Amino acid sequence: MSVSLFYFVAFLTIFFALLVIFSKNPVHSVLYLIVTFFTFTLHYIMLNAQFLAIVNFIVYMGAIMVLFLFVLMLLNLNEGSIGSKSNLLKMVGVIAGMCLVITLVGSVKALNASDPLVLQTQDLGLVKNLGKVLFSKFLLPFEISSILLLSAMVGAVLLAKKDIKQG
Amino acid sequence: MELAFIIEKFGLILVIFLVSLTIAAYSTLAERKIAGFLQDRVGPNRAGPGGMFQPLADGLKMFFKEEIIPTDSSKALFILGPSLALFTSFLGSAVIPWGQDVEIFGRQVSLQITDINVGILYIFGVVSLGVYGIMIGGWASNNKFSLMGAVRAASQSISYEIPMGLSIIALLMLTNTLSMKEIAEQQHGFNWNVFYQPVGFLIFLICSFAETNRTPFDLPECETELVGGYHTEYSGFKMGAFMFAEYLNMFLASAVMSTLYFGGYNYPGMDFVNELLGPLFGPLIGMGVLILKIFAFIFLFMWVRWTVPRFRYDQLMNLGWKILIPLAIANIVITGIVITLIDKL
Amino acid sequence: MNFWERLYLPAIFQGMGITFKHMFKKKETIFYPEFEREFSENWRGMHSLKRDEEGRERCTACGLCALSCPAEAITMIAAERQKGEETLYREEKYAAVYEINMLRCIFCGLCEEACPKEAIYLDGPIVPADYLRKDFIYGKDKLVEESMKVQQN
Repeated sequence: MSVSLFYFVAFLTIFFALLVIFSKNPVHSVLYLIVTFFTFTLHYIMLNAQFLAIVNFIVYMGAIMVLFLFVLMLLNLNEGSIGSKSNLLKMVGVIAGMCLVITLVGSVKALNASDPLVLQTQDLGLVKNLGKVLFSKFLLPFEISSILLLSAMVGAVLLAKKDIKQG
Repeated sequence: MELAFIIEKFGLILVIFLVSLTIAAYSTLAERKIAGFLQDRVGPNRAGPGGMFQPLADGLKMFFKEEIIPTDSSKALFILGPSLALFTSFLGSAVIPWGQDVEIFGRQVSLQITDINVGILYIFGVVSLGVYGIMIGGWASNNKFSLMGAVRAASQSISYEIPMGLSIIALLMLTNTLSMKEIAEQQHGFNWNVFYQPVGFLIFLICSFAETNRTPFDLPECETELVGGYHTEYSGFKMGAFMFAEYLNMFLASAVMSTLYFGGYNYPGMDFVNELLGPLFGPLIGMGVLILKIFAFIFLFMWVRWTVPRFRYDQLMNLGWKILIPLAIANIVITGIVITLIDKL
Repeated sequence: MNFWERLYLPAIFQGMGITFKHMFKKKETIFYPEFEREFSENWRGMHSLKRDEEGRERCTACGLCALSCPAEAITMIAAERQKGEETLYREEKYAAVYEINMLRCIFCGLCEEACPKEAIYLDGPIVPADYLRKDFIYGKDKLVEESMKVQQN
């Protein structure tokens, strides 16, 4: 039951991810990307990681993709406005893509996939357990990542602020 | 998954669906009536006694109007927009606890469709999804005014989601749970959260006005600047879907506010009433109290709409980013300090 | 502005108080088809073509009203009075067709002032609503005052 469900959702994920790439209109692309993120949410729910699922839902679908859509709507890109790429560019793209595939395959092989330890703690994804783990075992990485976000925020504010001397 | 369970849930979903539809439909009448009363008029009073059938007449009119799809619009997205807006506004009521458990034929029946342990976040997610309907509809219309309305809706909803989330965090520090059911249970009797989180409630209230695109935050559809905003090109039933979604969102926001801050189905003296009326009618009275609270909030929404003028766009952004967010963060810090002090003492 | 005023909330609550008070005030609505607001002395409503003391139409179809009309709402066709029609028309010339387009009329009252025979007055009620544009072109059947005999009966 759950395995076939997983394959179904995984198929949907890949299908919509491909549509993101192949659709000519950038706004359609973004909409397909939103659906792709929604299938990610489904994956998280199947892994019993409710908190991650809902955070993925809020942050990616509800905020980041809205901003993507926002920018694309303002840019007013239409079909064909991107234009065709030169052959050299295509070659470079193919090589870069192959490199990425090789890296991914290598890293998947290096990893021991499907670690049964993860599945033994069924309730790991629930808010309480996740919070306890984050604030005890992984406290340092958690705080460091929050500092990273803070510095990014300060940087964004600095960039957005008008230069008083010139303005 | 026994059969009785499925029937029970299905019945509950159907009832809540119909109730929210009816309330949303009659909100349109209530809006016009209240607007009339506040302006020394009487409002619609011709269709049926006191205008009771006005929503029916309006709905029929919407249904029989010509559906215009602009030639240069992208057709599928043009239809998807209002459908999505309507759909997402229905989703939220799934995690609202409408009452205590009821006993029917010896079975404990929960008056909540589902109690997921991230209930508040779920509502938050559904609300943030609601803006897609407006954005897609506005963009697909292929009209500058619609696009401007869509862009405004997007930036406004993102800006006000942040203080809304922060005000909820302060509440969660008190309740220690994300489940709507447990939050409602904790406010037993008159132990309502609004007494502990008045500032948080105020921020949440202002943000829910912004999230539902109600005046004074109705810039996505402000007539004086944008014709009709995101629904400029819409007509007939699709236009009705947008309107309906707005009223449904208002209903949902009222329900969430009553549950989070005003005790949901709890009221002073509920234990006495429950003992008096037994396990079936006692909780139903609680449900009635919750619905009364929701009506009070809907009235507040309308009252504010017909009192306060619309914000200018930079004022809106200033209020969101420079006032509400710092205020919400200060609220979190103060709440944290107080909780720690109480724990220490 | 001090802090309290910058908060805006007191001002908003004050405004909401004012609107709330209005909920219980007397409603100003007059339910139109059943009740009508009292008209003033110089109210200009629907036109009527007058008759003289003997019940004859006063209009002589001079066309001054049509000429003075800024909205060009009035058209008329004149005809000569035949033998035996002296009881119907006062002057030797009369308006066989007299039409006012109520959609064009702006109720300015210039026709009233232009008329040398005191034949047209804007002393009627509000022009009623209708469904078709052609129904707003009022002919003599709607404009001419009822004759004395009919009124007396």
